[in-house]
Amino acid sequence: MAAILEVDNLQKSFDGVVAAKDIHVSVEADEIIGIIGANGAGKTTFINMVTGYLAPSAGSIRFQGRDIRGLPPRRITQLGICRSFQVSQVFMSETVFDNLLTAFAIAEVGGLALLRPLFSAARADRVGTHLERYQIADYGDVIAANLPQGVRKLLDIAMATVRRPTLLLLDEPTSGISTEEKFELMDIIMAALKQDRTTVLFIEHDMEIVERYVGRVLAFYQGEIICDAPTAEAMRDPRVLEFVLGQEYHAGHRPSGARNA
Amino acid sequence: MARYDRTLIGLALAFALLMAANFLMPEWVRFIGLQTLARGAVALGLLVLWRTGLISFGHALYFGWGAYTAALLTRAGITDAFVLTVAATLSAGLLALLLGFLLRRYRAIFFALLNMAFSMILYGALVKTEALGSTDGFGVASPSYFGFAPEGEAVTTTLFAFSLTLTFVVVVGVHLYLRSTLGGLTLAIRENEIRVEYLGYSAERAIHIKYVISGLLAGFGGAVMAMAIGQVDPDSMALWTVSGEFVFITVLSGTGSVAATYVGALVFELIRTYAFEYAPHVWQLILGGSLLAIIMFLPEGLWSLRQRLARAKG
Repeated sequence: MAAILEVDNLQKSFDGVVAAKDIHVSVEADEIIGIIGANGAGKTTFINMVTGYLAPSAGSIRFQGRDIRGLPPRRITQLGICRSFQVSQVFMSETVFDNLLTAFAIAEVGGLALLRPLFSAARADRVGTHLERYQIADYGDVIAANLPQGVRKLLDIAMATVRRPTLLLLDEPTSGISTEEKFELMDIIMAALKQDRTTVLFIEHDMEIVERYVGRVLAFYQGEIICDAPTAEAMRDPRVLEFVLGQEYHAGHRPSGARNA
Repeated sequence: MARYDRTLIGLALAFALLMAANFLMPEWVRFIGLQTLARGAVALGLLVLWRTGLISFGHALYFGWGAYTAALLTRAGITDAFVLTVAATLSAGLLALLLGFLLRRYRAIFFALLNMAFSMILYGALVKTEALGSTDGFGVASPSYFGFAPEGEAVTTTLFAFSLTLTFVVVVGVHLYLRSTLGGLTLAIRENEIRVEYLGYSAERAIHIKYVISGLLAGFGGAVMAMAIGQVDPDSMALWTVSGEFVFITVLSGTGSVAATYVGALVFELIRTYAFEYAPHVWQLILGGSLLAIIMFLPEGLWSLRQRLARAKG
């Protein structure tokens, strides 16, 4: 199968500090990829470059054969790459329903169609279906600022997927979520994404989540990808053990993949 | 969702009532009415911006620009009210379009004061230009209407009927805009531009469009004011205190409804007129006091009285 995202020789430095170096990644359709690495390893920088938020210093980014480097985030979004954020980016003073209504409205219209009313029965139906899919329908009337953290995360991801993106980048979908809730949250997200056959790349610190949901791991260390391999293999990789899993390793929370090895 | 838009019905009723009242009201009331329509239009533009969290301390720029455009055209012998108004509105809109490319990049206090800076440049230029009468300004010829040149009291009744009709069209347009997807992008932009961008739309472009709308409205208001007073001068058209008055009306009205803006503008005119008449030395004090009272007791503006009353009724 052909790659949908091809990143070659991507570089980024901030005032001499290297945030990305020689990054080569090829992502195929339907893959679910986990991005791991310590804080400051360049994971979010990578996502920011792919989605146009940061301009790379060098290298190329191709999506479905098309060069997308240098395009603004909204163009990349329109082409089919969407993202969620580590800190939920929602409209805090609006209800969950209105958040999604706005999201659908922006996603569905362009040009003069923007002058049509924001609210329509058909659009409200789509919002309803989307809320069901992410299992947050009960919170429809709640103001986003008052939501429990997990629900707000779901809302953030629900908003990122109103366009049914080809490729979705999730920046730490489970950060700030209690351990008990993490799996439930990920089950909801993954089930929803599977329906649309969305290709997913997500940043994750919890190795249990990585092992359970992803088929392939990209391990970042100091701006470089030190390992790109199927999950089980990556968990045994000596460099991953040393530079990414090190802390957990010493603390005794050995990832099960390593334990099985 | 209501089948009929109650605001539109209310606006149509108000339009019909005011049109009928036009022939009954005394001259001085009609003059207050004209001023209300003129300042209300600018405040309506500020409402469009304010809903997105932006405030401008410089919309006298577009108000003055519109007023002077209309005045200059009459000097050139063009007196048709429709031509004057459309030209003033469009030229102010064009100016807003140009400045918008810079202003769309600024937010909060920088946006507010950058607007003020531009308005001060216009003010300074007007004061220094002798061809435009410097600080005295110059007179605006009485407008005609498609060849009809009214005389006597018909001068103001016709102007009021004309301005009211155009205002009605403008207000309905703004109301529909605010209800639209693009207009509904206000809160979203105020709260999270990043998310708007990642949903596939440019927040800066949306702000630019709002800015042009506010410029068009201010230019329209300027034209109405120039025709109503029959005179343009820098101090009452382009000085920063004029911009302050528009902000005053916006705060007084609240952002609840397009109709609220005109209620606020009317209340402003009344306070100003009466304060000036009965307390000529302390009228600014009275204006300031009323603003203070509004901010303390009705922070969401006069329009919130309506909701409060409805709640009190249960």
